Amino acid sequence: MRMWFVCRFCCPAAQSNSNPEWEAKVLEYFKGQLREKESHSWVPSLNDVPLHYLKPNSLVKFRCLVQDMFDPEFYMGVYETVDPSTKANVLRCGKYKDVTECGVDLNSRNTVTAERQTFYCVPIPGESPWAKEISFLSAARVVPSTSYVPSRQKRSYEEDDDDMDTQPQKQREPHTGGKFGTVNEPHGNGDSKRQETEAPSSQTTAPSDCSSHLDLNFPLPGERGPACLVKVYEGLDSFKLNDTLEIYGILSVNPVLTVLGEEKDPSLLLLNPTESMETPEEQRAHDPPASLVPRLHMLYARPLQHNNPLLPSAPTEDQSAFVSSFLVEMASVRAELLAYLTHVLLGDGLAAEYLLLHLISNVYTRRDVLPLGKFTLNLSGCPLNSYTERLYQIVQQLVPCSYRLSMSLHTMNSMRLVPKKDYVANRLVSGALQLARNTSLFLDETQLEQGQLDSSGVRNITALGNLISWQKVDYDFSYHQMEFPCNINVLVTSEGRSLLPSDCQVPLQPQVTPPNMEEYLTTIHMAQFTSQINKFRVYLSLARTLDYSISDEVTKAVEDDFVDMRKDDPQSVTAEDLHRMLVVARLLSLSLGQTTLSRDGWMRAKHIDMLRRSRTEQQKSLNGNEP
Amino acid sequence: MSSPTSTPVGSKRSRDDIPVTPSSDGLASPPSQRRRGQDSSNGDLPAMPTSPATDIASPAVHDTSLFSSPRRSGNFLPSEVDMSSPLMYGTPSSRVEGTPRSGVRGTPVRQRPDLGSARKAPQVDLHTELPSADGAVASEQAAGQKLVIWGTDVNVGTCKEKFQRFLQRFIDPTSNEDENAGLDLNEPLYMQKLEEISVIGEPVLNVNCSHVQSFDADLYRQLISYPQEVIPTFDMAVNELFFERFPDSILEHQIQVRPYNALKTRNMRSLNPEDIDQMITISGMVIRTSQLIPEMQEAFFQCQVCAFSTRVEVDRGRIAEPAVCRNCNTTHSLALIHNRSAFSDKQMIKVQESPDDMPAGQTPHTTIVYAHNDLVDKVQPGDRINITGIYRAVPMRENPRQSTVKSVYKTHIDVIHFRKTDEKRLHGLDEDSDQKLFTEERVQTLKELAAKPDVYERLSSALAPSIYEQEDIKKGILLQLFGGTRKDFSQTGRGNFRAEVNILLCGDPGTSKSQLLQYVFNLVPRGQYTSGKGSSAVGLTAYVMKDPETKQLVLQTGALVLSDNGICCIDEFDKMSDSTRSVLHEVMEQQTLSIAKAGIICQLNARTSVLAAANPVESQWNPKKTTIENIQLPHTLLSRFDLIFLMLDPQDEAYDRRLAHHLVALYYQSEEQIEEEFLDMAVLKDYIAYARTYINPRLNEEASQALIEAYVDMRKIGSGRGMVSAYPRQLESLIRLAEAHAKVRFSDKVETVDVEEAKRLHREALKQSATDPRTGFVDISILTTGMSATARKRKEEVAQALKKMIQSRGKTPAMKYQQLFDDLRGQSEAAITKDMFEEALRALADEDYLTVTGKTVRLL
Repeated sequence: MRMWFVCRFCCPAAQSNSNPEWEAKVLEYFKGQLREKESHSWVPSLNDVPLHYLKPNSLVKFRCLVQDMFDPEFYMGVYETVDPSTKANVLRCGKYKDVTECGVDLNSRNTVTAERQTFYCVPIPGESPWAKEISFLSAARVVPSTSYVPSRQKRSYEEDDDDMDTQPQKQREPHTGGKFGTVNEPHGNGDSKRQETEAPSSQTTAPSDCSSHLDLNFPLPGERGPACLVKVYEGLDSFKLNDTLEIYGILSVNPVLTVLGEEKDPSLLLLNPTESMETPEEQRAHDPPASLVPRLHMLYARPLQHNNPLLPSAPTEDQSAFVSSFLVEMASVRAELLAYLTHVLLGDGLAAEYLLLHLISNVYTRRDVLPLGKFTLNLSGCPLNSYTERLYQIVQQLVPCSYRLSMSLHTMNSMRLVPKKDYVANRLVSGALQLARNTSLFLDETQLEQGQLDSSGVRNITALGNLISWQKVDYDFSYHQMEFPCNINVLVTSEGRSLLPSDCQVPLQPQVTPPNMEEYLTTIHMAQFTSQINKFRVYLSLARTLDYSISDEVTKAVEDDFVDMRKDDPQSVTAEDLHRMLVVARLLSLSLGQTTLSRDGWMRAKHIDMLRRSRTEQQKSLNGNEP
Repeated sequence: MSSPTSTPVGSKRSRDDIPVTPSSDGLASPPSQRRRGQDSSNGDLPAMPTSPATDIASPAVHDTSLFSSPRRSGNFLPSEVDMSSPLMYGTPSSRVEGTPRSGVRGTPVRQRPDLGSARKAPQVDLHTELPSADGAVASEQAAGQKLVIWGTDVNVGTCKEKFQRFLQRFIDPTSNEDENAGLDLNEPLYMQKLEEISVIGEPVLNVNCSHVQSFDADLYRQLISYPQEVIPTFDMAVNELFFERFPDSILEHQIQVRPYNALKTRNMRSLNPEDIDQMITISGMVIRTSQLIPEMQEAFFQCQVCAFSTRVEVDRGRIAEPAVCRNCNTTHSLALIHNRSAFSDKQMIKVQESPDDMPAGQTPHTTIVYAHNDLVDKVQPGDRINITGIYRAVPMRENPRQSTVKSVYKTHIDVIHFRKTDEKRLHGLDEDSDQKLFTEERVQTLKELAAKPDVYERLSSALAPSIYEQEDIKKGILLQLFGGTRKDFSQTGRGNFRAEVNILLCGDPGTSKSQLLQYVFNLVPRGQYTSGKGSSAVGLTAYVMKDPETKQLVLQTGALVLSDNGICCIDEFDKMSDSTRSVLHEVMEQQTLSIAKAGIICQLNARTSVLAAANPVESQWNPKKTTIENIQLPHTLLSRFDLIFLMLDPQDEAYDRRLAHHLVALYYQSEEQIEEEFLDMAVLKDYIAYARTYINPRLNEEASQALIEAYVDMRKIGSGRGMVSAYPRQLESLIRLAEAHAKVRFSDKVETVDVEEAKRLHREALKQSATDPRTGFVDISILTTGMSATARKRKEEVAQALKKMIQSRGKTPAMKYQQLFDDLRGQSEAAITKDMFEEALRALADEDYLTVTGKTVRLL
């Protein structure tokens, strides 16, 4: 089926240009096909299959985040070629292709110029290993490795003459290569190998080492996976920076792309400075070798609400059936998860409750500048010595996307959190806060020691503060800043009260003090079956997507309650407290699978908030002079 | 050369280096209509004063391209022309033959690489059946024949004449551009400019396209669609006209016409393939400029055998090297002589979309712009500019060694005219430089809104709807957004009067002050948001930096300068260090910033409104203390705020209920309701922008009277109790607020209603912030001197009591501090705090009555 697909695609342009409608029809056809249920399972994914196993010009999919948007470019939508032997003019289509056929007649009046835009896409940053693994396993069975062998041989032949770029792939075993990305792999013995090939090859670029030259601009350090230049033809305005998409498109790894970039005739430069205009950095960023950063010509893109492979991804009937079936067991899963988290949080049930609420929180709307639904949790009083690290590992096991930022003085001073525009290379240099929606950001403040923050450290802290309070990141465009709204769940673990703002602070009160923390946590973790963990994963992703409303009756009750509380002691309850309690009530209801707020739910929310507050008061009186 | 076909426009277009785009086809498709239009216009035309055709009609000069004359400087004789080469056709018009007037003859032509010198433009006759090019040119004058430039519908003669008519007749009495300052608006505008050229000697004529459009829409359309052909025609027309008028003037080169303000495109994002080869105007910010690039215009070749030399012009970026020497017939004997070739200056400039016209959530686009000749180095990175130029797309060069090419074009803009949008800001000439364009419908909706009687309330409630009530604060901020009318008294030596309203919000933490600030920051186009804790004095003002590349000192502006004409929101105002705060003194009254750093001394404009938020020192507002005591800000700074609001928790049941309702509603309102709010924000933005740009209210007689009364009343209140309750600063505030309120109503007159509202709001703010907690009276001296009159009186009393007590003790040269304090407390019936005691001691020390050393008090 796939082969047919490919053939069908390769030649639509030539015969059908008599019909101007064909483009729309082709798109319709593909979209129709892709909407079918299994379609996504038989299209190979760039995330899972290494590039050299994929056939050029075939249909692939890519689960990614839009990291940067390049300038729009004009291309030859339709062009005419002259066959040198027969002198016959043939009209050809340039859509979905990077290079033209030979013998283009540049002066032809039939040429049609069209517009497209390039997005630089990276795999979703911080995607948890389990999410990758599951989607890999579900896709892997449809990859018949044998059919890829010829193309692999062909590739390696090319690799020989266009040298080092594809080196890392050679040494990798097909199986591990399948799971992990292609490039930033440490070279190991590859280095010596490269030197061999490098000497004879007539590379004109500076012989700088591979890794610096090919900065793939991932938001998080240590990320791997293919980055991709996605050519977008339609609906340019509907895409936004940091959108997570599943893109279906035609893979293009034409080696000519690389060669075109490399070959520079110096004599041309004087007469035609257009080409010298691009700095080498810009060239590198915008035209990296296709073998490393493949081009993907987008046919169809689906915005992803979540990247949890255990859940049906599209909002179809399928999903609603799934949701309603899961709603039944929601309460029981919640209880199990709560018990699990209680264990993890050393027997502190209240903290576990809040952690659970935090994990399903979501900015569901914004009222002018105010993001609604965010629920930043500050777990204070965390035991030192790698407890937080373990805690993160457990969170990571539960959510599809997460990142732990250890707030040590060194990282705060040296790390780039906010993306910055590099005008020399003309690209947006990513930072750790360029994250997909609903990513769990785990800020480990226990790592912070005394010392001085330098100016970049202050900027980083400010950026984190802005992220927590307004759910926005101000990207640095050097002449001005630009605000990008985001939706990131921030969990701060600290010893005392955090220096960052938070919506809700819960001092941890351990009920048990295990002699060996690591062992304790590992045992808890091991005790869970994978099926159980999977249930938790589905539960957390699902609870977040549910709708929610408050009836007039309950509204009235809440109002009355608020007025009553204020009557007793106006200082005790402020508007801010009401804000928080409304969020807690919302999350509490959703966590139980209830889509409307009941009086009960409100009382419960009030109750746990009271508990929490009494705990912080207690803390305050203990500490004495805290403000 | 020219096509012998009878329907040349659509079918055989030699848009040589650029493939035909669908749009240009679309433009050319109805030639019949356009021809008709031209016919009629031509019929009305008076006889042309000069005909370029007759001048170059001589077949000896092989010039079919009429306007090659003003733009080429071919120096060689016709005999040198190799007629067989396709490159050479129509090129060698000697300027002597090509120009009719002596003045023109004496002035060298300057090439216009911005228009693409490689362009050949043969003309085509639309009517006659066999138009050989020469014949066509010769018979151009014949009635009924229409010569047009190949691929366009431009007739050179008509076009030239129309433009000359435009220059001679165009009058724009309503012009308010600063470029036209000093010109008589009732005389033909461009003739005055020509006169200016003859005096100043700068041979550049800037032409506003909107003028052309209002004068002759068809000419405008041609200019936009075929700039490459039409602008040289304009050049020619201008030069003829100019040297006719001023035959004796000497110019460096012939006058070049530089059109600007083409209405075609405003936004970089909206550029599309249809704009290729058209004239466009876009706005943006310069982010990078390249080094100067010498671009070869004409190559000089010399035969190695016989030393015969020839020149070859650049065609589409390439030089066709002559294969055979025409003198000695040796093949491949010609060598390029670099230093005798002609070069022109060129610079690449990268321009980025200005942040204001970008959709949310996307990254800004950039465009490459080429500047030529004297436009090189006209702009610097960071400048905001409007660029008028021709949009180009060049296919990626075909590599001879490659069979396939990349199917992508490189696009750039050849710039014709730069206009800095922030230039005016620096000179401080005009109100708002980047005039936002409003569609008529939009203006209509805005005016309808303004006509509603409750527009003021409506707008103020549309402001930050998520923040509950605080109506007066919102109203104050609304007036701040509109601002007063700018008045210039610099001729009488008082300089500018501040038109900006400054507001300080203080109050308990958690009363959504920051949220209000964030909202305002998001609402206004030139807003800045800083936090007092995080900003230093230099971050607010300006700092000098060494550019790592050029080693030049560069002045980097801070938040206050950046928010010129906008609003600077400063959160945590109280946490600001004293040195930082001191910078604000100048900004908040004089509206300028003086800098003397690293050899740079300058004064920058910072006409910004300040919206600040401060928390009380004791984290909770102490109602028993005055504003100054609560926020510990110097009164000199406080008095510069027009309005100081307290945001306190009111703590009453009805309020609580409404607040709860509001908050709960916030959490369950449906999407559509939220949509509505967003619409309001856009309307509000436009409303403010419109009012700020177009409405400049002035006080009418009654309003002035009302203001005077209000001021006198305010002074009276205090004088009864021996206090001053108003200073001239308060009067100025009142005027500003009244003007702003008139702006809200879109009214050009400040009327009594405006004064009433200004008074009310001002009183409200005073009531909140300047009430003396001890007496309950409004006392402006709290804000102006930092202490209420009663407090001052009280201080004196304590000091006197202390003095009396010490005197009553008789001769004791030294006393214990603590004991004295206890004694005083015991003696006085009112409670005396340690602070008061210390203040009293200090007062006595000032009188040289005693000194305090450590724990002992000594009499002097």
